[in-house]
Amino acid sequence: MAETTLSVERPGRLKEFWYYFRENRGAVIGLYVFIGVFFVAVFAPWLAPYDPTEQFREHLLQPPAWQEGGSWAYALGTDALGRDLLSRLIHGARFSFFVGVVVVVIATTGGITIGLLAGFAPKWLDTIIMRLMDVILAFPSLLLALVLVAVLGPSLMNAVIAIAIVLQPHYVRLTRAAVISERHKDYVTSAKVAGAGRFRMMFITVLPNCLAPIIVQAALSFSNAILDVAALGFLGMGAQPPTPEWGTMLAEAREFILRAWWVVTFPGLAILITVLAINLMGDGLRDALDPKLKRS
Amino acid sequence: MLNFLLSRLLTFIPTFIGVTLISFSFIRVLPGDPIIVMAGERGMSEERYNELRAQFGFDQPLFSQYWDYMTGVLQGDLGTSFVTKKPVFDEFFALFPATLELSLCAITLAILLGIPAGVIAAINRGKFFDRALMSSALVGYSMPIFWWALLMIIVFSGILGWTPVSGRISLMFYFDDVTGFMLIDSLLSGQAGAFKSAVSHLVLPTIVLATIPLAVIARQTRSAMLEVLGEDYIRTARAKGLPPSRITYVHALRNALIPVITVIGLLVGTLLAGAILTETIFSWPGIGKWMVDSIYRRDYPVVQGGLMLIAVMVMVVNLTVDLLYGLINPKIRKS
Repeated sequence: MAETTLSVERPGRLKEFWYYFRENRGAVIGLYVFIGVFFVAVFAPWLAPYDPTEQFREHLLQPPAWQEGGSWAYALGTDALGRDLLSRLIHGARFSFFVGVVVVVIATTGGITIGLLAGFAPKWLDTIIMRLMDVILAFPSLLLALVLVAVLGPSLMNAVIAIAIVLQPHYVRLTRAAVISERHKDYVTSAKVAGAGRFRMMFITVLPNCLAPIIVQAALSFSNAILDVAALGFLGMGAQPPTPEWGTMLAEAREFILRAWWVVTFPGLAILITVLAINLMGDGLRDALDPKLKRS
Repeated sequence: MLNFLLSRLLTFIPTFIGVTLISFSFIRVLPGDPIIVMAGERGMSEERYNELRAQFGFDQPLFSQYWDYMTGVLQGDLGTSFVTKKPVFDEFFALFPATLELSLCAITLAILLGIPAGVIAAINRGKFFDRALMSSALVGYSMPIFWWALLMIIVFSGILGWTPVSGRISLMFYFDDVTGFMLIDSLLSGQAGAFKSAVSHLVLPTIVLATIPLAVIARQTRSAMLEVLGEDYIRTARAKGLPPSRITYVHALRNALIPVITVIGLLVGTLLAGAILTETIFSWPGIGKWMVDSIYRRDYPVVQGGLMLIAVMVMVVNLTVDLLYGLINPKIRKS
């Protein structure tokens, strides 16, 4: 998420942003972990010791290296089909990243466009759009996504689309609220007087001044997306086996929870660490971008 | 106040219609034919396909299907389950107390721990307690609760053997449903050990479901307290020489609670989403598990009806919170 921020801020503000962001030690740690996970995701095929779907039949449910019966050949142990857990976790990072990025891109572009429209539209259209968003928000997000995926057919891509649709209304509300508070400011009036067209007004004059809360929300949805897609995978409605997606891995591991703690512990830990790092970063972004919200 | 009430009720109606439209159209408008999906990989003959289409009314024009559906909904008829052949409405309300019991316990736990945690963090701002509490809150907030549930089972049921893994009460006990709440019914039954069994079944799901709300409430309480503690009237109270505990708990907390209450109201959706995962893992016979099972079984009338009832419930709770909020805070009412 930091990358997006960098491109929209001007150099002077970038420095200022970094100055405030650096103040928050948790946020900086979060950023480093996030970058680390990103590299793991990018270089997964070179980092992983084995292919994530390769089955070593002589080594079923082998415990991690430091426990009795484990070996460093399979550092974090193997699952019920003899697949190397570490390799699967490393490849899993790719899916989580993919999910986070795609969901944020779909939800932000859709949400910002609709939000801008609602903010500038005549009252009747605004009302229709906002009621529609209320309707989507009335459903618990995971339930709505679950039903959407059930109808579309379970797959990682459908899970991603469903989560993006469910998260979108938050962006619409945020963008619209920001647009409405900006719309009557003097600089907007002057742009109008200078003859700016409607689209220029929306995307070039007003939008850059509404970005701060949206960027913070983007960090939040990145982590939400990872959690929700893992939850869908866990319920069998996301990525399908043998995909090494973390939630799907947990679902496969469920029946071994009392026999092989490692097949359950590590995938969940990977989800928790990634989500925690992003949320830490999100808190830092909020503090650095929005002095009004500065509380922690 | 009356105007405020009316305007809120008026926005409720279009949202309700929208909710029925969405739950109605899921099966009919989205790509993918529910009947083909229902048949699965075995496929089905053309006659059977047409027969089923006619049975569900899918051969009618969309508008008249919706009309039929809505007429049913307004009379409390949401169709019957494919699997159990029971009315969806009755099934929902038979299972709802289980979810309500679990959710109430979870939100109570979250409030009882979350508000004090937030207050303690706020009055120790920047110190060790604040950091420790807020780091834990962030971990809780980031927790994949389905994994958290599995860890709890490993530790408390597997290693320590303290709690059962699934269900609401041990099969040893049988008594009539009076309130639908196992905690109360087991006490009423007077059977020795029944209440204890109900509690031990409830503990882990409650902790799991409470985790995210607890973190949200603690964070919100802390930031609301910090804001209020900076106000002039707090300074005046200090200047008057009131004891700090009185200032914190009487003067500050009362005002800080207003945004916290709103957040608690908004957590209903989070609780229900959490209930889906928690109930599935602990085999808790509530509406969350019922919805997931119905989705697996392609029991479309249940999915459609359940989706709508849950959304309406969330809307009613949000409306109530809104109205209460308007009652407490005149600024909202006037805007």
